[in-house]
Amino acid sequence: MADLKKHDTPMIDELKKGPWPSFADDINTRAESGVQCCYDLLGQMELSYVHKETHWKHGGIVGVFGYGGGVIGRYSDAPHEFPSIAHFHTLRINQPASKFYNTKFLRKLCDMWDHRGSGIFNFHGSTGDMVMIGTTTDQLEPIFFDLTHQFDMDLGGSGSNLRTPSCCVGKARCEYSCLDTQAITYDLTMTYQDELHRPAFPYKFKFKTSGCPNDCVAAIARACTSIIGTWRDNIRIDQKAVQAYIGGEIKPNAGAFSDRDWGPFDIQKEVIDLCPSKCMYMDGNELKIDDRECVRCMHCINVMPSALRPGVDTGATILNGAKAPILEGAQMSTLIIPFMKMEYPYQEFKDYVELMWDWWMEEGKNRERLGELIQRQGLRHYIVDILGRKPIPQHVKEPRSNPYHFWKEEEVPGGWKRDLAEFRKKHLA
Amino acid sequence: MYKDDPGYDCSKLLETPYDPEFAEKKYNPDKPMENRITDIGPPHYAQFFPEVIKKNYGKWLTHEIIQPGVIKYTSETGDVMWVVRCGTPRLLTTNLMREISDIADKFSEGICRWTTRNSVEFHVTDEGTLKDLIEYLNNFKHPGGSYKLPIGGTGAGITNIVHTQGWIHCHTPATDASGMVKGVMDDIFEYWHSHKLPAKLRISMACCLNMCGAVHCSDIALLGIHRKPPFVEDDRITGVCEIPLAIAACPTAAIKPATVELPDGKKVKSVRVNEPRCMFCGNCYTMCPAMPLADAEGDGVAILAGGKISNRITQPSFSKLIIPYIPNEPPRWPGVCEAVRKMVEAYEKNANKYERLGDWAKRVGWERFYELCDIPFSDKSIDDYRLAYDTYHTTTQFKWSSHTDALMK
Ligand code: SF4
Ligand code: SF4
Ligand code: SF4
Ligand code: SF4
Repeated sequence: MADLKKHDTPMIDELKKGPWPSFADDINTRAESGVQCCYDLLGQMELSYVHKETHWKHGGIVGVFGYGGGVIGRYSDAPHEFPSIAHFHTLRINQPASKFYNTKFLRKLCDMWDHRGSGIFNFHGSTGDMVMIGTTTDQLEPIFFDLTHQFDMDLGGSGSNLRTPSCCVGKARCEYSCLDTQAITYDLTMTYQDELHRPAFPYKFKFKTSGCPNDCVAAIARACTSIIGTWRDNIRIDQKAVQAYIGGEIKPNAGAFSDRDWGPFDIQKEVIDLCPSKCMYMDGNELKIDDRECVRCMHCINVMPSALRPGVDTGATILNGAKAPILEGAQMSTLIIPFMKMEYPYQEFKDYVELMWDWWMEEGKNRERLGELIQRQGLRHYIVDILGRKPIPQHVKEPRSNPYHFWKEEEVPGGWKRDLAEFRKKHLA
Repeated sequence: MYKDDPGYDCSKLLETPYDPEFAEKKYNPDKPMENRITDIGPPHYAQFFPEVIKKNYGKWLTHEIIQPGVIKYTSETGDVMWVVRCGTPRLLTTNLMREISDIADKFSEGICRWTTRNSVEFHVTDEGTLKDLIEYLNNFKHPGGSYKLPIGGTGAGITNIVHTQGWIHCHTPATDASGMVKGVMDDIFEYWHSHKLPAKLRISMACCLNMCGAVHCSDIALLGIHRKPPFVEDDRITGVCEIPLAIAACPTAAIKPATVELPDGKKVKSVRVNEPRCMFCGNCYTMCPAMPLADAEGDGVAILAGGKISNRITQPSFSKLIIPYIPNEPPRWPGVCEAVRKMVEAYEKNANKYERLGDWAKRVGWERFYELCDIPFSDKSIDDYRLAYDTYHTTTQFKWSSHTDALMK
């Protein structure tokens, strides 16, 4: 312990102040319990704060035998100053769906990570994986052996792979959930283990599943295939509870506005007028919904969760192609399949995945996301020619405003071969 | 059905203490396939559910937030359950993880859960335990005084900031993540554990344009950006890069192959960057370590706003570039904090109940948004990238604001 090297870190120490949990304090506390790499990590971070530039080197390929993903190589560019973080690789570990853990698991994991790495985690990475930050190359295989044999756990995805699928809390806790989000996520993860661990794609690919259009896991913004729960029958209404909201006995929006006086709840102003499709009205004391006009935005249900519930004929809306701006600008997932029943073993969905992947693997360029390929070759081509689906108005926000459709020869009677001599008989040149 | 799945029950494994010598006994570097288990996937989720969730899976009837950060759930079966949500900085050590485990053991049947936005949740089934847990958490602090697990993040307030790695662990960042998030959350902490905003407000943070944090659809998005084109290390590039890949990586075709002469007279194949075409995305560096961009003066933070993910009332929408650049100011990024606070306070004061930040800006008009937030408009917010036309204002409908007043003076 005596030979621990503590660096001078005035700027990082500043981050111990203030109410929000301080990672600096946490890492420092761990350093004080005798862990050199925590001191070195804070030291290198201080150096970045001085230089305003990162001190992690680019890349360096590391991994476990037979896997193409799950480990991200990381080396310090100031190894002499911070020798204990000279290599400091990341492991992505496939989290259990919706991220419940018991403490037996967490404690044992801590024992392992203290023994083989820095003892620092990201709970969780942005993709959803449990992330372990900081270990050396020689520990990678032992960690993989520990995880698979002692924890029943596997690596997640990185590189040009399927990334670890993730989902919202779904039916475990949320009364809105139209899907068994965990079951879907677990099944897809198990079915596509090979795609998750061995790079065969042009670039990364993500599945995310949210139980309803509130989309708590941000599927529509982050996933190449977004699976979002919905229903095709009617919103269930408990008229007595509606009256309880009107009478002020139940707080609107489950109490989400409690620290401000917005005046008494006004169902006309706060629900009916805000409904985007204007399909709700009061018929005397009864709340009525013209469900055929409802776009299932969740607003009324969110405001009156005790009175309104999604219907019972539930399934998923499937959307494709979300991505961050690199390279072709940010994209949101685009609606492809308005409704699909999602029932075990999800065969209809998997058939769809095969079509999608075959096309992308055949046509996608290096580092081209599915959303970019859809842009490049056209949404119409994807829906009609690749998926063989019937085009419907729901596929567009509005029809195109230019007439430059590339008609195919077979679509035009007589084809494109024409007789100029015949033409000139009718028209003088 | 899940009982048939492989990997369903790992309780026996978990009862067995961690064996630090196990891997060295089982793993033989000369025969890596020996004793190997692969492709087993994650542990089955259901084994980590609290009993009350196993019993009420899919049967929840309604919920109520009884105070910021504390949600009460009621089931069809009559069961009730409370959830206490606590903020974390995402970056956790085993020290804190063991303390979280202690809390879960003491108050919530040894189980906890993490949210999409990196908060941790404890589930309890009786009100007495709930009271004790809340009291315990309110007194649970780091030596420097910050809360270890502050309660909040529900309802019409600000949730945890999803963010990326930054200088603590990534090779491409233009700014730090954890430090900036700490600075911003300290500054707007009052909105974390209160319900006084017009609707929920989501802040996200990503330290480079790769946007591991998916900030492109958030109410407020903090984004690290570079502003200087890459260097080209001629003497190193052939050794560490596939030049065609670096060239292909550039979305604006700014990189061209070139043969250059090194100081020692040796001719090597390298590349040249057409600098006016560079939009500082860093893709070339991702493909080629001999083309670094990081720079203390060049790098900093852009702030975007008005995006959302949820389909509630209005459709999901992208965040828009509001402030093109704020310099990196470690350790607390006061410029970023100030900009965020201005937007949050203007939103709090002016938006309607249920109205998300972007919907409010759209309703009052973006020109009014700038005015109300007291943020200068910059030429950089006029899109000149691809598909820019979608954002042009093709109507004579606009509002008079300080900007037109200034023009017409
Ligand atoms: S996405 Fe819907 S079902 Fe899932 S947790 Fe959010 S509100 Fe509940
Ligand atoms: S879910 Fe949305 S669209 Fe449907 S009735 Fe409710 S508020 Fe209207
Ligand atoms: S956003 Fe960029 S800098 Fe930040 S962690 Fe992701 S790749 Fe690294
Ligand atoms: S930073 Fe981006 S735009 Fe600039 S040269 Fe590199 S790849 Fe091209």
